[in-house]
Amino acid sequence: MDDRTPCPAPTGGPSTPRVLGRRAFLEDVLLLSGGAVVFLAGATAAAPAAAAEGAASAPPAAEGYQPWEHRWAYLVDPERCIGCGSCVRACSAENHVPDGFFRTWVERYVTGMDGTSVDSPNGGKDGFPALQVAFVATKSFFVPKMCNHCRETPCIQVCPVGASYRTPDGVVLVDGERCIGCAYCVQACPFGSRFLSPETHTAEKCTWCYHRITRGLRPACVEVCPTGARAFGDLRREGDPVRHAIEHDRVAVLQPHLRTEPQCFYLHLDGEVR
Amino acid sequence: MPQISGFAFPNDVHVWWSLMIVMYPYITGFVAGAFIVTSLFHLFGRAELRPVARLAMATSFSFLLVASLPLQLHLGHPERGPLVLVTPHFTSAMAGFGMLYGGYLLILALEVWFVWRREIVDRARRSRGAARAFYATLALGTYDTSPEALAVDHRAIAVLAGIGLPGACMLHGYVGFIFGAIKANPWWSTPLMPIIFLVSAAVSGIALLLVLYQVVSKLRGRPADQPCVSSLARWLWLFLILTLSLELLEILVMAYERSDSWLIISELITTRLELSYVTVQMIVGGLIPMILLAVVVLMNRYLHPRVRNTLSTAAALLCLLQVFSMRWNIVIGGQLLSKSLRGLRSHYEPELFGREGVLMALALVLAPFAILWIFDRVLGIDPPGQADGEPEAHAAAAPGGAAATGPGLGDVHP
Ligand code: SF4
Ligand code: SF4
Repeated sequence: MDDRTPCPAPTGGPSTPRVLGRRAFLEDVLLLSGGAVVFLAGATAAAPAAAAEGAASAPPAAEGYQPWEHRWAYLVDPERCIGCGSCVRACSAENHVPDGFFRTWVERYVTGMDGTSVDSPNGGKDGFPALQVAFVATKSFFVPKMCNHCRETPCIQVCPVGASYRTPDGVVLVDGERCIGCAYCVQACPFGSRFLSPETHTAEKCTWCYHRITRGLRPACVEVCPTGARAFGDLRREGDPVRHAIEHDRVAVLQPHLRTEPQCFYLHLDGEVR
Repeated sequence: MPQISGFAFPNDVHVWWSLMIVMYPYITGFVAGAFIVTSLFHLFGRAELRPVARLAMATSFSFLLVASLPLQLHLGHPERGPLVLVTPHFTSAMAGFGMLYGGYLLILALEVWFVWRREIVDRARRSRGAARAFYATLALGTYDTSPEALAVDHRAIAVLAGIGLPGACMLHGYVGFIFGAIKANPWWSTPLMPIIFLVSAAVSGIALLLVLYQVVSKLRGRPADQPCVSSLARWLWLFLILTLSLELLEILVMAYERSDSWLIISELITTRLELSYVTVQMIVGGLIPMILLAVVVLMNRYLHPRVRNTLSTAAALLCLLQVFSMRWNIVIGGQLLSKSLRGLRSHYEPELFGREGVLMALALVLAPFAILWIFDRVLGIDPPGQADGEPEAHAAAAPGGAAATGPGLGDVHP
């Protein structure tokens, strides 16, 4: 949680060249080994064409954006969230999220001494209808969720082709042109952040609106939140309010015992939330 | 849309790994299990398994040829499947599959070649025209069947079997690792998983051979060799006991620990998986064959061959069901449970048609038998001496034959 933690690959290039490097490597292998892999070449050559139709390949960074100058982090203040679902709708519109799947969602917790009720009807996209619970409720709150952009990600670890990767500025992305759609990452993410898109048949997840943040904009969900429950910041920037809150406030991450080192932080998180 | 009881993360209501991922460990299980049987003969000198040793090797080979298909079929982008082999990402357990599969395929193909080399050469000599050219190609240009050459074959088979056994165990243990190493899912995440997979692979392999051997004997119109049947039954009993113990231990530890996931897992077992886990995997496929096999093993001396054949075949069929339901309960069961650990989704029913449907799964299980049949036509599976229907000749050769040629390599030359 501190800015001096070594940041991965400050000397390396931005994320896309890393992926292109793999692709270049693939081409080299195909060229070098000639006949033996002609079959494979035929199979892989078909891949980009198939992926082109889906909008969900890795979102491009803006021209001139220097990823190693940033380290992005996300801060949620559940106490401010009113469950209006604007964020979920904004995300869906911004990123063409298929119906029934969620890059971000909101959960409602109603708890008392004798029970806890959790729900998230349609991911909170349409807000929350009134709720009757069978116990005496003593507190209730909403919790916005999304990919935590973990630093020790099981999802990247398990990807058999390296289609899931982490950019130098700390964003976990999926290269939709390389993803083979095996869903191993979907199984490995403990937070339910990933899904296989029924349209592209590749893994998709929250990108923190990489196409926006690399242009100096904020993620769509942060932009539309009417109460400021969602905040986005740069841990490399002095005086950044998110960095300040993470450094000085009581913050927690989801499922810390799994040691995935999430980069989404929650202020005053209730112990019921997983 | 599936029904959810409790609370599931909104993306957690889908079964991403469907029937094909159930078939994948089922089929690789046969590969490893059948290889374990050949190894009992080739490496551990269990001469009584001689009548099924070659059948077991051919079975392992046939199943291996289709083992990667279910994985390929389940991919969202099957055309990109080869990327796993060409540009593997080494921290991924799944990327290991290419290397293990390729390596094992090579070893097994070589071993098959050495074991059948004499038949290949014989057939090349006997046949004419295209058939001759075909067998000559298979013989790879060497027609040497002198005693010295056959001795070399023996040594090669021993070495290959020695490498092949750990290879087969790795190939299947690794399938368990794919699940066992996912910390997000408490129903999968246990170091016991690879071991359970391996032991249950042995169960499925031996059970399959018991059934196949009975079928083959019926087809050939000769009685099944009883020492062989009782030996298979005994090994099956051992591995079944091991599997059931490990499977129970896994649950017992979770229950006794009252681990944070136990609440939801106990609900999973007693509601969604009641039929497939409690009834099929543990009772019908577990307890009952265990009792049947106990009868076969403990009362071996008193059993009429027909009773022994029937009891052990029935037990083996139930074991095949047990292993299938175990794969199903792990793969599908693990996805009925939300990672919120607060909810379960409703039952999953696979589609009938389609790339990942029931018919495709059936085709995948039947394909190896078709390959076996072709294998038999091309190379002949029966041990030499039996091929021309002389059970007596074999019976005379069996007791000493295998042992006489060193540690159980007797089937190369009778
Ligand atoms: S929340 Fe899930 S998808 Fe996002 S980085 Fe962590 S493990 Fe990966
Ligand atoms: S679904 Fe795609 S991103 Fe996820 S593990 Fe498989 S190949 Fe990698």
